[in-house]
Amino acid sequence: MFVTRRWVGSLLWILGALVLGFVIYAWRSPIPPVDTPAAGSFDKAAVQRGAQLAALGDCATCHTAPGGETFAGGRAVVTPFGTIYSTNITPDPTSGIGHWSNGAFQRAMREGVSREGNHLYPAFPYDHFTLVNDADSSALYAYIMTRQPVQGRTPDNHLPFPLNMRVSIAGWKLLFFHKGPYEPDPNHDAQWNRGAYLANGIGHCGACHTPRNSLGAEIGSQHLGGGEADGWHAYAINADSKALEAWNAEDLHMYLSKGWHDRHGDAHGPMAPVAQNLASVPDEDLKAIASYVASVMGQRVPPKPAEKAPGNDTGAAIYSASCASCHDGTRPLPFGGIKLMLSTAVTGESATNLINVILDGLQPPEGTAGAIMPGFSSTLTDGQLESLIAYVRSNLGAQPPWTGVESAVREARSRDRD
Amino acid sequence: MIELKVNGRSHNVSADPDTPLLYVLRDELQLNAAKYGCGLGQCGSCTVLVDGAPTLSCVTPIMLLEGRQITTVEGLGTAEDPGPMQVAFIEEQSAQCGYCIPGMMMRAQALLQRNPRATDAEIRAYLEPNLCRCGTHMRILRAVKRAASMMTGPDSTPSMRAPAAASTELNTSEEDSDVQRDRRHSEKRERPER
Repeated sequence: MFVTRRWVGSLLWILGALVLGFVIYAWRSPIPPVDTPAAGSFDKAAVQRGAQLAALGDCATCHTAPGGETFAGGRAVVTPFGTIYSTNITPDPTSGIGHWSNGAFQRAMREGVSREGNHLYPAFPYDHFTLVNDADSSALYAYIMTRQPVQGRTPDNHLPFPLNMRVSIAGWKLLFFHKGPYEPDPNHDAQWNRGAYLANGIGHCGACHTPRNSLGAEIGSQHLGGGEADGWHAYAINADSKALEAWNAEDLHMYLSKGWHDRHGDAHGPMAPVAQNLASVPDEDLKAIASYVASVMGQRVPPKPAEKAPGNDTGAAIYSASCASCHDGTRPLPFGGIKLMLSTAVTGESATNLINVILDGLQPPEGTAGAIMPGFSSTLTDGQLESLIAYVRSNLGAQPPWTGVESAVREARSRDRD
Repeated sequence: MIELKVNGRSHNVSADPDTPLLYVLRDELQLNAAKYGCGLGQCGSCTVLVDGAPTLSCVTPIMLLEGRQITTVEGLGTAEDPGPMQVAFIEEQSAQCGYCIPGMMMRAQALLQRNPRATDAEIRAYLEPNLCRCGTHMRILRAVKRAASMMTGPDSTPSMRAPAAASTELNTSEEDSDVQRDRRHSEKRERPER
């Protein structure tokens, strides 16, 4: 009896100590508010560099609601755990980050902690931004603090217990978060290191292009091995790339700066705004990223063509009437269609992007010229769409059939579309 | 033989199943409203409705359309008895060369059937896939607004008088309900610079 009670007592003590230890570990002090710095107080060159970094980081895409004011937040980020709404990062003192000092901003980037001392959800990719150096973080701060303040609260997150308690994020960080800064790799040259710093830091390529584990953390051993984003598949951009023609640094540079490449296709889905932003980034930054990603892709063996599938008359007929006029035409990209054997949407690991593009087509970015393709969501039945996909995948992509196309079609159909 | 339902009538057509609907409409059924523009599904002049959704008939083979309801401009009304969309486009004199207009009317029809109270921004966004090279966009937008108010107004029969609601958003206060004055005003405002 006595022994058991002593055991229970010790266990309670240990448990209490663990909880106390975790609370101490998780505790972050608030950083005192500052008066919103005057726009004129920032160095112009820093603001300019900050604008480029914001473009590299694609900040405005997440921190702007559809049809909303830039950086005023409110965009829903749907995760497997619940919906998180991006925050207002304009320098508005009440609803934005007007009271944040440079130090508070830097702590949010480095550690994922708000000025008030709350842990931030990793939907804000501080697991990447932690690599951003002091000068770049300050430049980004200068750019953000010189934007138009917008007053407006963003919706509350929809997360189940215990994820709605921010202290739970401290546990996530304990398991998965590796604090920066970026450590240059002496085995590579300066351009490669700059590319790695930008791609893995502010560019956070891996946030979409790396698969995640069941707790939503990127799987380090599969870095850039392909992930999911907003109902789209983010292709593997490491040695597992399924592009028929291997990418090289020049191809990647052209793709990132223009949003398309004549033998690889157009940026679409969530990559479209990324490419649009990158158009305003200095060439040397894009060349550095291209050099790094090309090296991650390395020397790879192109996918081996499979046996062509037996006849699929429905798919072939739809292709010849609806697709061939562009995709077998002579007009070059971006206004003509890519030969589909070259498209990773066709040779890649998932049917998702091909389904999305066939259903919704491609629209050029608002107010600019760009690739255009009509969508076929209202004409094709699910069965016809599946026949077309089977034909394109087997006969043009020369790859074995995907599995799960039927459910992927159903899922794509269930998403909102006009 | 494929059976197509066009503007409420059934037709047995002899064309190959992978023939684009546009060719069948124009060559076999003599329904010439839908136009061949680019042939690539990029300009919108061939737009028709399939089960109420705007569809590019130049890239849609008829094999996909069995049992579906196809509507062309001919189905919106006749020269003697035009429907609201047609009346609105005539009243606003929206056609310059006119080649894009049937497609514009059909896409606008699809929008208004679903949402007769579409805002200016929604109309603009919805019509974006359809191109007009003459530059009559402002008149097209006014015609769609006019058609919308005809369809939703207290008297939904086509009217030669512009309902007051038609001019509230796209036009300025100088606009009034008199069609003739309205037309003179708009011509003055919109004459292209030469």
